[in-house]
Amino acid sequence: MNIEVLVFYFFAAITIIAAIGVISVKNSVQAVLCLVLTFFSAAALWLLLEAEFLAITLILVYVGAVMVLFLFVVMMLDVDFAALRQGFVKHLPIGLLLGFGLFGAIYWVIRFEIFGSEKVPEPAKHEQGYSNVEELGRLLYGEYFYPFEIAGVILLVAIIAAISLTFRGRRERKGQSVREQHRVLKEERLKIVSMKSEPIKQGDDA
Amino acid sequence: MGIFNQLLIIVFAPLIGALLAGFFGNKLGRVWTHRIAISLVATSFLLSLKIFLSYFYGSAEPLNQTLYHWASFGNISIQVGFLMDSLAAMMIVVVTFVSLMVHIYSIGYMQDDNGYQRFFSYISLFTFSMLMLVMSNNFLQLFFGWEAVGVVSYLLIGFWFKKESAIFANMKAFLVNRVGDFGFLLGIGGILYLFGSLDYAPVFEKMQQAKAMQESAQGVLASGEVTALGALGLEKTFSPWAGVEWSAISFICICLFIGAMGKSAQVPLHVWLPDSMEGPTPISALIHAATMVTAGVFLVARMSPLFEFSETALAMITIIGAITALFMGLIGIVQNDIKRIVAYSTLSQLGYMVVALGVSAYSAAVFHLFTHAFFKALLFLAAGSVIVAMHHEQDLRKMGGLRKYMPITYWTSVIGTLALIGTPFFAGFYSKDAIISAVAEAQGWGSNFAYFAVMAGVVVTALYSIRMLLLVFHGPQKMDEHTASHLHESPKVITYPLLLLAVPSLAIGWITAEPMLIGGYFDDAIMVLNEHNTLAHLKDIFGNAWAFALHGFVTPVFWLLLIGAIAAWFVFAYQPQLAELLAKVLMPIRKLLQNKYYFDQFNQKVFAKGSLGLGRFLWRYGDKAIIDDGIVNGSAHGVRKLADKARKLQSGYLNHYALVMLIGLMVLIGYLYLRN
Amino acid sequence: MSLTHYLVVSAILFSISVIGIVINRKNVITLLMCIELMLLAVNTNFIAFSRYLDDATGQIFVFFILTVAAAEAAIGLAILVVLFRTHRNIDVADLKGLKG
Repeated sequence: MNIEVLVFYFFAAITIIAAIGVISVKNSVQAVLCLVLTFFSAAALWLLLEAEFLAITLILVYVGAVMVLFLFVVMMLDVDFAALRQGFVKHLPIGLLLGFGLFGAIYWVIRFEIFGSEKVPEPAKHEQGYSNVEELGRLLYGEYFYPFEIAGVILLVAIIAAISLTFRGRRERKGQSVREQHRVLKEERLKIVSMKSEPIKQGDDA
Repeated sequence: MGIFNQLLIIVFAPLIGALLAGFFGNKLGRVWTHRIAISLVATSFLLSLKIFLSYFYGSAEPLNQTLYHWASFGNISIQVGFLMDSLAAMMIVVVTFVSLMVHIYSIGYMQDDNGYQRFFSYISLFTFSMLMLVMSNNFLQLFFGWEAVGVVSYLLIGFWFKKESAIFANMKAFLVNRVGDFGFLLGIGGILYLFGSLDYAPVFEKMQQAKAMQESAQGVLASGEVTALGALGLEKTFSPWAGVEWSAISFICICLFIGAMGKSAQVPLHVWLPDSMEGPTPISALIHAATMVTAGVFLVARMSPLFEFSETALAMITIIGAITALFMGLIGIVQNDIKRIVAYSTLSQLGYMVVALGVSAYSAAVFHLFTHAFFKALLFLAAGSVIVAMHHEQDLRKMGGLRKYMPITYWTSVIGTLALIGTPFFAGFYSKDAIISAVAEAQGWGSNFAYFAVMAGVVVTALYSIRMLLLVFHGPQKMDEHTASHLHESPKVITYPLLLLAVPSLAIGWITAEPMLIGGYFDDAIMVLNEHNTLAHLKDIFGNAWAFALHGFVTPVFWLLLIGAIAAWFVFAYQPQLAELLAKVLMPIRKLLQNKYYFDQFNQKVFAKGSLGLGRFLWRYGDKAIIDDGIVNGSAHGVRKLADKARKLQSGYLNHYALVMLIGLMVLIGYLYLRN
Repeated sequence: MSLTHYLVVSAILFSISVIGIVINRKNVITLLMCIELMLLAVNTNFIAFSRYLDDATGQIFVFFILTVAAAEAAIGLAILVVLFRTHRNIDVADLKGLKG
């Protein structure tokens, strides 16, 4: 049993326990934190699979941005989380049934006889100078360039959608309203102030 | 100017005339409309004449050129193109000449009609369509011309569209022609199946090869086990249902001939032609006598390389032609409507042409088409002239003694009639005599009956023609006072075409009979197998045109003709009471003839009633029950019911949806398990 | 470690998130998190196959899934915020405006 196996079982266990936490803890903030932990340990598993770039991306983007967003939202909204947990126990049996059924079904497909070490041997590790980022970059900016661009557009659309959904400021343009201008009355624009005239002093107008 | 450009002008000048008269007729006014239309048709005629002469006197080569590539799919390409050879050259001359005469004539005949410009537009359009038909170099264009003349014929029969009978007649013509056209279309499909091409050239080339092989009888053919068609891979058969096998080439020929039967009004598809006389008389002359109805004859002559190899089709053609020639002529004897007599005479003459086709005397058939076009157009236009003079009275029993009022009409009618009955020296004699002697020579199945029919037909033709002539122009005047006081000769625009048509009716045979019948004028267009060559013996007796006509006096044909003519004179002029007596004695036959062998009643009872009943049945059970209530309303109703049920599924709870999705996923995975 | 090990881990993750969706009747946020978990399971699958088939294209897929998942999370949360503003809670049971 070498160190790699230990690391795998360690992080796999954390991943699963944290995932169970996500769906079972009462407090939503804690749930989000559990999710963060799941992502962390999943990233570790990805590192074991030599997907370094994606593992780091997962942590940076997901843990750094998305999960923080979740936390923000959860903390921002004034929700009675305790009330949201009703019916939890009631639906647990059917949920467990479904979950185990699904797992059984998936396991049937991926069981050791099909994808075990004998059938799909583990490839050799990459040598030291290998760069996962470089390989991904080559693919992304080469073969998958257009999909990559589209991914950028999707993100842009998501930004605009999110902003326009939640934006609460004024929506008007800073333009003229011709109708308003036509309807204006003299009294609104012109104010006549009566004031005492003052004599012009000699030599003052230079 | 090259020949091809001339051909373009010939074809498209009438089309331009038709479009101008049709779309700008009201702006142009009557005078300019007919000026334009006539000058364009005249251009077309002059160029046609030039081309015809170049084939007739010179030895111009056949010209086969594609004008426009329309479409192609697979190996089939559809083109618009022209094939000009001796046959087409002759046809365009006939078409444009008669058309020109009719154009001129119509100035006088149609002068009081509201649809003057429309009329000119139609007849120019007809000329265009007919030229497309005869000059086509492929089957699809032929079919286009075929249908186009059908449409124009429909429009013109119903020209007076407020007349109930005209509408009935044009619908009848259209429907009956549909039957023929269906056969024609099947025939074209068969040609595509057998030859893989819609152009004439490859089809004819194959058949020429077959002929050459058959006649040299060399190589594989010498043993006699393989026929020429078999050697060329053309001896295909197909079985429409189990246990029956049809030879492809016979099937094609019979289908094409069914098309020709529709257009050329052969029994039993002849019923539309007498009714088509509802149209204006110039039309009857142009379309229903001289040109369109001969399209079927032209078609068979054009397809002679195919028909030569189908004994079955030839026998069928012979029989049908013989029946038409004799029995339609018989009806003519009892008719009293001047136009209908000429119409039945046309039917009978078409029968003659078809018999000639059946006995492989294509040249004689086409030559009869050629001469018949002149004298039959002449007879129709003369009848029209009489009708105008009689204030649109068409009943023979109310005419008589018109000779002294209308001398030109009378004398031209005499020439036309003499040509029609086949008096020696007149145009009709040469063609009809050639046909009869070809039939006498023929060995094919049914040729004995055909010989009897054409011989008896001679008597019948003389009977009805002379009867009409006598009743119209001779004898006592039977019209009312008012009409009689207004009788006078028709204007020049009517008499000039009569005179111009009388000239070829009299004399065209002198020049053309020899080259067309025995001189091999049609050799580049018509193919006859040696064993079928029923015209070959004509060479021995023909000599020259004069000698042939003199020989005509000593043939039995001439005596039969004389018997018919004298009998007509005796019964209808010398002893009119004999006619009444005969009418009483021969009452059953007379009744049969007057009812035209009950074809119309039969069609009306069986086909018209039958299709109405079938239509009603399909409407009630097919349209209403299945389509309306079942498919259209039924599907809407079904969707509504289903939606009523389905909306209950939309609980609105997110978890339900997720759950259903998961269950679906499980079912799908389960299905995949079971499959493995 | 064989491929099956990784696949089993992701299958367990997936099943857990399915259970989460089923038992959770009230909280939209938890639903969103369960979806994120599912995507994580799928991504892990992709990466495992990419490694064992020695084909980097699988990682490209993960990249795009991450992109879409991020967009989805952003918009989902935005909708959640709007939902909270209008309903004053985020109860799943209240979301039945589309009930047929």
